[in-house]
Amino acid sequence: MASTRTNIMVCCGTGCLASESEKVLKNLEVIAKARGYAEEVQIIKTGCFGFCEQGPIVKVEPDNVFYVRVSPKDAKDIIDEHIIKGRKVERLLYMEPNENERIKKQEDMPFYKKQLRVALKNCGLINPEDVYEYIALGGYEALGKAITKMTRDQVIDTVKRSGLRGRGGGGFPTGLKWEITKKQESDVKFMICNADEGDPGAFMDRSILEGDPHSVLEAMAIGAYAIGADKGIIYIRAEYPLAIARLNTALKQARELGLLGKNIFGTDFSFDINLKYGAGAFVCGEETALINSCEGKRGEPNFKPPYPAEEGYWGHPTCVNNVETFANIPSIIMKGADWFAAMGTERSKGTKVFALAGKINNVGLVEVPMGITLREIIFDIGGGIPKGKKFKAVQTGGPSGGVITEEGLDTPIDYDSLIERGSMMGSGGMIVMDEDDNMVNIAKFYLEFTMDEACGRCGPGRIGTKRLFEMLHKISSGKATMADLDALKQLAYMVKDSSLCGLCQTAPNPVISTMKHFWDEYVALVKDEDHPQGEGRYVPKNKIGMKS
Amino acid sequence: MTKPQTISVTKPVSEDLPEEKFNELESFIDHLETTKGALIEILHKAQDIFGYLPRDVQLYIARKLGIPGAEVFGVVSFYSYFTTKPRGKHTLSICMGTACFVRGADKVIEKFKEKLGVESNEITEDGLFTLRDVRCIGACGLAPVVTVGDKVYGRVKEEDIDEIIKAYRG
Repeated sequence: MASTRTNIMVCCGTGCLASESEKVLKNLEVIAKARGYAEEVQIIKTGCFGFCEQGPIVKVEPDNVFYVRVSPKDAKDIIDEHIIKGRKVERLLYMEPNENERIKKQEDMPFYKKQLRVALKNCGLINPEDVYEYIALGGYEALGKAITKMTRDQVIDTVKRSGLRGRGGGGFPTGLKWEITKKQESDVKFMICNADEGDPGAFMDRSILEGDPHSVLEAMAIGAYAIGADKGIIYIRAEYPLAIARLNTALKQARELGLLGKNIFGTDFSFDINLKYGAGAFVCGEETALINSCEGKRGEPNFKPPYPAEEGYWGHPTCVNNVETFANIPSIIMKGADWFAAMGTERSKGTKVFALAGKINNVGLVEVPMGITLREIIFDIGGGIPKGKKFKAVQTGGPSGGVITEEGLDTPIDYDSLIERGSMMGSGGMIVMDEDDNMVNIAKFYLEFTMDEACGRCGPGRIGTKRLFEMLHKISSGKATMADLDALKQLAYMVKDSSLCGLCQTAPNPVISTMKHFWDEYVALVKDEDHPQGEGRYVPKNKIGMKS
Repeated sequence: MTKPQTISVTKPVSEDLPEEKFNELESFIDHLETTKGALIEILHKAQDIFGYLPRDVQLYIARKLGIPGAEVFGVVSFYSYFTTKPRGKHTLSICMGTACFVRGADKVIEKFKEKLGVESNEITEDGLFTLRDVRCIGACGLAPVVTVGDKVYGRVKEEDIDEIIKAYRG
């Protein structure tokens, strides 16, 4: 690395790969070589920069120039103009939608200005397929510190004091979970990483695994040391082929260097990780369902207690944490609990990664400190709504969350404030809707999702979600009466109160919150003959039981 | 659970399910350290090999592992990734994640259904395409997204659909 004067980083996350960033990378390599610059210029394949709307992204260091929407043809200009002649390729620089000036530096871009990167600190910076780049930036130092200089209780205490809460959506304090698992007396314990990211429109975990897989492996080892586990499992969606490939590479490299395996760092701590593939079931994000799926069974949730910490994988104490939760751990160990606890709000510490999508200018992955307002995320970082349309609502928490309207935009966000607003943090999906979207259809979209994904174990989930969907269908096709609206509301609360697991307990949230904020749209569909159907006019996917 | 290596199972070979494919699957199962908890892994492999999981393959796996066929079918039918029907030459997937939905994926899928004359998870008459609606492939910046095999089409509009189909029908 020392002899090269310039690094060209090319984003090779799933979003950018979809717009041919791999070809950009190849062309850059070929042209740099042809011009005799192969020695001076290093071309690096990185993970996601987060700015997916403008992909493929190419960044040139140390000039700190940020090129957007680079096509394979542009590789020639980047090498010939920028690298050889030292002139920036103006047309590829990012232009703010509302200003006519092109912005050169990453930190000047409004998209990055308000972000604070902890979990994503290495994404877009290092080559995820090279363990030495991770080590060069302090990787595996936290693991070394934890297992050679800290006791198991000290590790748990640090995580507890940091205030880190589960990033998968539940918000359970991570340190506490570790402590409970540690206290169980058993020779065999398991550390499981939940990478079954099923929320449609969310891609935080995938981007971390693609961009910085070692941080998750390191954190799992730290956690395993703390709770006393020697085996780990990463449960990952089979639909994430790139993340799986990068994890396999990372596991191989870590084993070769003795960072995983027997007697890590010469201590008597041994730990290794296996991958288990999911097969497309949203409910498997629930920890007991996930464990059943790891055992090769149908991914149905169990009644809790017993909690996995007591009786988990094959009956052994098991700790399940989310990818993003893990990604925070190495920094907490290195920089201390106080550093982490200084960020965020009183009850939610640190940062949170959100996948910003829908009707918004800057679709992408953003990491912000807890306590930031939705307005800042949507209008400052996200760049507002495209085509000058009016903001209508934002859905957080995916199918389990609810909508937040204009009046809620200035609430500082944390786990608790979002629940007070009738939504939830969820895993971090954030879908923005504009004036054209009909909210009844949005509710119906989510209900179709939960109806499809409900596992069938409990009655309220299996039958209730279906009935909710049918009622919504009746309403949106203009055949409902006001009595149906009351029945819908009643059933929504019934399903919420009586379902077995989190999936269906939260499934009615989109209905409840849209009814609360957009009651007039429901009424309009009942009373007006010429009802406003909006752009998202809904066509049901399967027509079973639909007689309309 | 019985150790699989000890069970010899007759392979339900047919024209569509040739013996060498069963041999490949058998060798995969025999080389597993343990089959405890490996059913999903085995089904992934079987789907890789055969392209889908017909009844005979499910039964073969059940006998090989010494478990009831119903247990295998229970798992196959639970997960959306597994399919019991053969696939077309190209799998045409339309992302129905929320980001794509609010940007008009519902119109795109309807148009595809109309043009190809099939519903979701059905194969076209010429055997060229299987149409699938999938949950979020994570390329939300390109919404709405359509994939054909590994090729990704971003920001798809209704008018682009003919061209996408034409690229494969020639």
